[in-house]
Amino acid sequence: MSLHDITAPPLRAPGFARLPVLAAAAFCLACLAAAVAAPVLAPHDPADLVALPWQPPGDGFLLGTDQLGRDMLSRIIWGARVSIGLSAAITALAFAFGVPAGLAAAVLGGWADQAMSRTVDLFMALPPLILALLALSVTGTSLVTLTLVAAFLAALRVFRLSRALGVDLATRDFVDIARLRGEGTLRIAACEILPNAAGPLIAEAGLRFVFAFLFVASLSFLGLGVQPPMADWGGMVRENAGALNYGGIAPLVPAAAIALLAISVNLLGDRAAGGRTGR
Amino acid sequence: MKPEPAMKVPLLAIDRLEIEAPGKGGAPLRLIDGVSLQLAPGRVLGLIGESGAGKSTLGLAALGVLRGGQRMTAGEVRLAGQPLGRLDPGAMRRLRGREVAYVAQSAAAAFNPAQRLIDQVIETALACGMSRAGARARAIDLFARLGLPDPARFGGRFPHQASGGQLQRAMTAMAMCARPRLIVFDEPTTALDVTTQIEVLVAVRSAIREEGMAALYISHDLALVAQMADEIMVLRHGRMVEHGPVRQVIDAPKSPYTQALIGARGLVRTPRPSAAPILEVRGLDAAYGEMKVIGDLTLSVPEGGTLAVIGESGSGKSTLGRAICGLLPWSAGSVRFAGRDLAPELRRRTRAELKDIQLIHQLPDLALNPRRSVGAAIGAALARFRGLRGAAAREETARLLRQVDLDPSLAARLPGALSGGQKQRVCIARALAAEPRLIICDEVTSALDPLVAEGVLKLLSRLQAETGASYLFITHDFGAVASIADEVAVMKQGGLVASGALADVFDAPPDPYTAALLEAVPQLSPGWLDEIAARRSLPDTARKDHAV
Repeated sequence: MSLHDITAPPLRAPGFARLPVLAAAAFCLACLAAAVAAPVLAPHDPADLVALPWQPPGDGFLLGTDQLGRDMLSRIIWGARVSIGLSAAITALAFAFGVPAGLAAAVLGGWADQAMSRTVDLFMALPPLILALLALSVTGTSLVTLTLVAAFLAALRVFRLSRALGVDLATRDFVDIARLRGEGTLRIAACEILPNAAGPLIAEAGLRFVFAFLFVASLSFLGLGVQPPMADWGGMVRENAGALNYGGIAPLVPAAAIALLAISVNLLGDRAAGGRTGR
Repeated sequence: MKPEPAMKVPLLAIDRLEIEAPGKGGAPLRLIDGVSLQLAPGRVLGLIGESGAGKSTLGLAALGVLRGGQRMTAGEVRLAGQPLGRLDPGAMRRLRGREVAYVAQSAAAAFNPAQRLIDQVIETALACGMSRAGARARAIDLFARLGLPDPARFGGRFPHQASGGQLQRAMTAMAMCARPRLIVFDEPTTALDVTTQIEVLVAVRSAIREEGMAALYISHDLALVAQMADEIMVLRHGRMVEHGPVRQVIDAPKSPYTQALIGARGLVRTPRPSAAPILEVRGLDAAYGEMKVIGDLTLSVPEGGTLAVIGESGSGKSTLGRAICGLLPWSAGSVRFAGRDLAPELRRRTRAELKDIQLIHQLPDLALNPRRSVGAAIGAALARFRGLRGAAAREETARLLRQVDLDPSLAARLPGALSGGQKQRVCIARALAAEPRLIICDEVTSALDPLVAEGVLKLLSRLQAETGASYLFITHDFGAVASIADEVAVMKQGGLVASGALADVFDAPPDPYTAALLEAVPQLSPGWLDEIAARRSLPDTARKDHAV
């Protein structure tokens, strides 16, 4: 009988632990609803000049107005569509390429693993933001290239995690049994390894989504991301940064939205991953 | 030292103890259910039971330790007259080490790898107020008595510089160093090979007797407990099943469970007439990278029969199994299967060859994908080797599960919902799904409780009669060999030291190593260890360790 046979009691009461997760889920749902139903929900057109610049919240404009006098709430709602859509696309692409490559490297081993892993190391040695700036200045800024560049950078990290998980799982006896059935690399990776790596990968997906989100926000802040007049949360922080000099809160609204979404997605990702490890 | 307590006061008194742990779905799980026992100074009580019987929980309770989440819900534990549950942490600390000490199953995991052994061995004694010089002298004396090589300098080693058997003895020295009156031994030799085990047993028992300590000796092996203890208590599901002097429990067990435990060791196979070999291994060399594991090995498995490959850990027996089934390509030699040479690499073998040779692993927990249902695990083999899918596959899966005495409804379950014995039966069913001609069984019963292991062995024998499959049965469990093997091959350091028909090798061992191995297999008869100890004196053991 080992120490592991007896499960330790939960450290906190379940009700208390669930509260932040529920709040996170509510916020994520709200953002998703805003992204999907932006045309219906937004009180104004995000590009319309509806009032004086940097009006404080209230008085018909729930979150005030931005540096040109556009309704902040409407821009946040439309911005959710751009920011969340981009991040989701980047994360999906990163996993679509990173996970199969990482698991294949783990199952194949040998020179194939070496070649793939060292190539990834090479790219990871370069600072991601510099790499992205370089790529975007060469190809020009468009949403497609932005997505591809960010997805490539995220895929490097997804590859590393998938490979690490895969190497550990590939030595398990049930993988030997699958090899003895004469199954191919892809089938072993998909049927034997992937289901057991799912927990950490889901947690990683939450994290990658957040980083993609912040990455797009940083690029927008630098002026290389989403181009005006399209609204996105990172760009909105940059456009309104000047308000801080005058005691305005305009840039804090999109900044808070970014922070809240990042924390919420992370909480949900951890929760989903924790449920799968069975602990 | 404290004054001797009157003989009427037992050293350890456990009275109707109940210990609970939080179970699944909130309902508490009762780990210990109303167990009472008394242990007089200098007596050894053997606690026996299968995994989950509560023997470790009970042993730790004697130290006043409850593991994560456990609660004492009734009864009491008194050590030297003091009620453990009601002492403050300071008083508990003074009791531990001084009155009671603990020897864990895996000494290799229990020692701090960054400290020299002597410093760890005398730590408790120093905490109990012994002088450093006095504690060192005491430790060296104990090393000598436990038969450790070069006692004066042994303590200067780091844990990785000592063998598993030496570490286990060093941990016994650590427990004894502060002269506690009670020592709890928790499966102290379970992780050791038989020849190492017997050295540790002889050393530990003579040390217990010389020091006059009381001990709780926990084991799942009835034969071991019979050698070490004065009394035996049999536990099952947290309840006491039987308690009495060793002779009485062994010779006249009262409860059916104890009778079954004793009977589990008596399974004997009627040998088959020798058949033509289905598998012939000739001059095989195999290595992991630079490390050569098997050298020039030649053996054969009779068609429809069983060859048992026995040897201690590191003898290369599992590597042999991996090489034959193609997971580890060999570097020289040949393997002929059913008259045709097998390719060393898995990917150069035909699907028919893969189908004909199946492997069953030691640990069913690792051999079953925790995220695939039992049905999917068996179904994968059915689809691959026999092209069965859909309803036909489900029918065949149900038939296979029934064949290994499992309920077909288990097909929908994940492996985590099954017991160890059920998981191993699923692994057997998965191997059978391919309708193989040879099954390589790699220590398939080693991780199972005795009664469960007996069930699996019976099943394997029956399946061999039903399917005509040949077995290559790799094991270090000699009891299992007698119940399943027709022929035996003994391996040592990657080579063959003896082989032949079971009766020939077991009744008249052809070489000293095989003889030593067989001699070291624990016997139920309580006088057995004394005989062995008399035959080989302790200095002999110490010399042998030196040579290693």
